[in-house]
Amino acid sequence: MSKDGGGVFGRGEEFLKLFSRGAQFTKELMHENEKLRRQLVHVRMTQDSAAQNPDDWEKLRCELMGRIESLEVERDSALERLREVECENHDFATRYVEIEEENNALANLYVASFQLHSTLDLSEVLKIILEIVINLIGAETFAVYVVDEKTSRLEAVASEGEPLSHFPAVPTGSGIIGSCVTTGDTWCGDASGSDDMERPIACIPLRVEDQSLGAIAIYRLLQQKERFTPLDHELFTLLAGHAATAIFSSRLFANSERKLNTIQGFIDLLTK
Amino acid sequence: MDKHRILIVEDSPTMRQLLAFALKRLKDVDIVEAQDGMDGLRKVTSDHFDLALIDINMPVMDGLKLVSLIRGEDSIKDMPIVVVTTEGAKEDRERALALGANEYLTKPIQANKVLSVARSLLKIG
Repeated sequence: MSKDGGGVFGRGEEFLKLFSRGAQFTKELMHENEKLRRQLVHVRMTQDSAAQNPDDWEKLRCELMGRIESLEVERDSALERLREVECENHDFATRYVEIEEENNALANLYVASFQLHSTLDLSEVLKIILEIVINLIGAETFAVYVVDEKTSRLEAVASEGEPLSHFPAVPTGSGIIGSCVTTGDTWCGDASGSDDMERPIACIPLRVEDQSLGAIAIYRLLQQKERFTPLDHELFTLLAGHAATAIFSSRLFANSERKLNTIQGFIDLLTK
Repeated sequence: MDKHRILIVEDSPTMRQLLAFALKRLKDVDIVEAQDGMDGLRKVTSDHFDLALIDINMPVMDGLKLVSLIRGEDSIKDMPIVVVTTEGAKEDRERALALGANEYLTKPIQANKVLSVARSLLKIG
């Protein structure tokens, strides 16, 4: 093939390529045109269906107003429910705090009761009473008085904050401590503290059934404790019964041990 | 998950029981008790603890001495310590905190306060 013939074929191919690109471009334009035409038809149809006359507009407006109203009702009901839930939540939070306090109180009462009945040794019982009054009630100065059966006077047998000798013996029925023991009623006054050993700020009688065993007289609370709490009053009630029972039991046990030793001594003497 | 180990150093059995009672409400805790400062020191140096609650007024060795010994011992110096005491004066509190206590709780204690302090120091929810 000649050189000129090759050039003609080359140009012919180029022309064909150009032509086919032009055809492709025209096809795309046609396609785009069709797409735009469809969109135009859709917009026209939407316009036509939206409002062909004032009645349609009114109908549409009514529908929308109805929808707004129903949404507002829904919103009000949701807000009302939210308020109810918030209120319920607040009630639960309050109840939770109450239960926590109750749980705390029960733990204190359980531990106090458990410790008081954990021994039959009188000195241990007195030590536990001191621990309870210091650690659970928060008293700084106080004494445990026990009725001396021979003299019918209340003698301090254990104390904290001041030495035992600092607490005078008190006749039963006289003064705050004596009256408290006679009547069996807990006495609770101003928690600001007292230096008068005959005028405690609180006095808890120790009783087993109708028998008065003694009392716990509190004169001063710890620096950080400003007043008696409801839990303290529950502890007073617990101490009034359980501390008295613990003292009573430990005394009975000591007496029975002593008697047993005496009898054992006699038996040993007789059998030797 | 490993249990959180808590040491209670307190001479009063009543307080030990009450503190243990409160702390047992935390999940996965192992509570060990020591009855005085020396007993506490023995236990804290021979075993791992994540938290210690220490009373101040104790026989044999007081709580503040124990706190300063713990802070001086490399292997345990970072252990969180809560001092639990009857001493409510500001200077007592400052002294305990200066010696290295993380928290200072005064008696009579409230179980929920102990729990919240323990949760915070043990970093549990």
